[in-house]
Amino acid sequence: MRDFSYHAPASLAEAHSLLAQYGDAARLMAGGTALTVMLKQSLVQADHLVSLQRIPGLRRIHLQSDGLHIGALARLRDVETSPLVKEHAPLLAEVYRQVATVRIRNQATVGGGIVHADPAQDPPPALLVLDARLRLVSRAGQREVPVREFFLDYYETALRPGEVLTEVIVPLQTKHARAIYLRYTPRTQDDYPTVSVAALARVERGVCREMRVALGAAAPTALRITAVEEALRGKRVSQAAVRRAAALVAEQVSPLEDFRGSADYKRDMAVVFTRRALEGVLGLG
Amino acid sequence: MTIEGARYPVSLVVNGKPHSLLTPARRTLVDLLRYDLGLTGTKEACGIGVCGACTVLLDGRIVASCITLAVQADGAAITTIEGIAQDGKLHPLQESFMKNGGFQCGICTSGQIVAAKALLDANPNPTREQVQEWMMGNLCRCTGYYHILDSIMKVVGKDSPSL
Repeated sequence: MRDFSYHAPASLAEAHSLLAQYGDAARLMAGGTALTVMLKQSLVQADHLVSLQRIPGLRRIHLQSDGLHIGALARLRDVETSPLVKEHAPLLAEVYRQVATVRIRNQATVGGGIVHADPAQDPPPALLVLDARLRLVSRAGQREVPVREFFLDYYETALRPGEVLTEVIVPLQTKHARAIYLRYTPRTQDDYPTVSVAALARVERGVCREMRVALGAAAPTALRITAVEEALRGKRVSQAAVRRAAALVAEQVSPLEDFRGSADYKRDMAVVFTRRALEGVLGLG
Repeated sequence: MTIEGARYPVSLVVNGKPHSLLTPARRTLVDLLRYDLGLTGTKEACGIGVCGACTVLLDGRIVASCITLAVQADGAAITTIEGIAQDGKLHPLQESFMKNGGFQCGICTSGQIVAAKALLDANPNPTREQVQEWMMGNLCRCTGYYHILDSIMKVVGKDSPSL
């Protein structure tokens, strides 16, 4: 690993000053599980690491009227075990429990994972179907960006220079909606998924009233698949409708070929796992 | 520009003993333990946080010391395999791994035992499935998994299906 300078500011204001001072030469670090590997492999170069770990308050998980607020420095294990998350966003507790291994979840953070923007990560599809928002804070002020508008391309996000992701705001999961997350891991359980699907649905008297579907590892970013949602919303629930809707995924995804499979194989698996997720969430399983 | 040769103060308590030292920012925790403190029980294998060989406890949580910078651990309490035995007496897990053949080449063993200890500290009575899920991230390239699992389950006091 190339050497670098290390800064552990005690406040967000101090972190912003360091970002302003060092510009492109600085990298923010949260848990460091991804960044340290990338530094070791020279995939990322930084003259200055600015650690957020000493800034108080960034790890908090609390409830407000607009939803569950999860601090960017909350560890994945915090989310997995939080009674608040289990009660108000059970899908997230379930999804974070399935990331990598407990050793990684003890260290990796919610915010670090999101800004890392690896398209094969587990949480983004779930955050997408929950319509989560991100609070981005800069020296000049702050803005809220829907997760849906945050992922721009492979490892690229809408985060601007000088901005820090401070929290994720998750609207509460309504009791009437069912949600599911499926990850296809033919190699090992702690691997990144070959494809993954999150779905959330509400059914009233046999009619699908709400449907949200998002895929991971199937394109340069995690993405909502509105074609599938529109094909089912307002329609009577049936196996035939689910099969037709799931088939639409094939044209919406653009998987990258890698050692987990060819692009064609992943496209086929995206259809299969979308169908299974839809069946599960619509009670057809 | 980076300040070449800069050193950062790191204070940590390792196996109950306080240490204060100056270290480069790029020093990983596993390197600090092995090269600066001479605690070579912790092994680095994959170097990317996947295999579990470098597992240590940081404030009671298992972490991968190969992808933790030493500066990140400033102020923390670390337990390595050298700190598992108490007062010259091996931990029941260590006894059980020896008695039940819970290792072959031994490279992964430190990480296996530290990870298992963290589980039993939090949950002294896990099911076999809970142990399997917890230990999933500790690879054994000799593939001695059944004996590792048996070694842990014997400490828990539950019978394990023998092979």
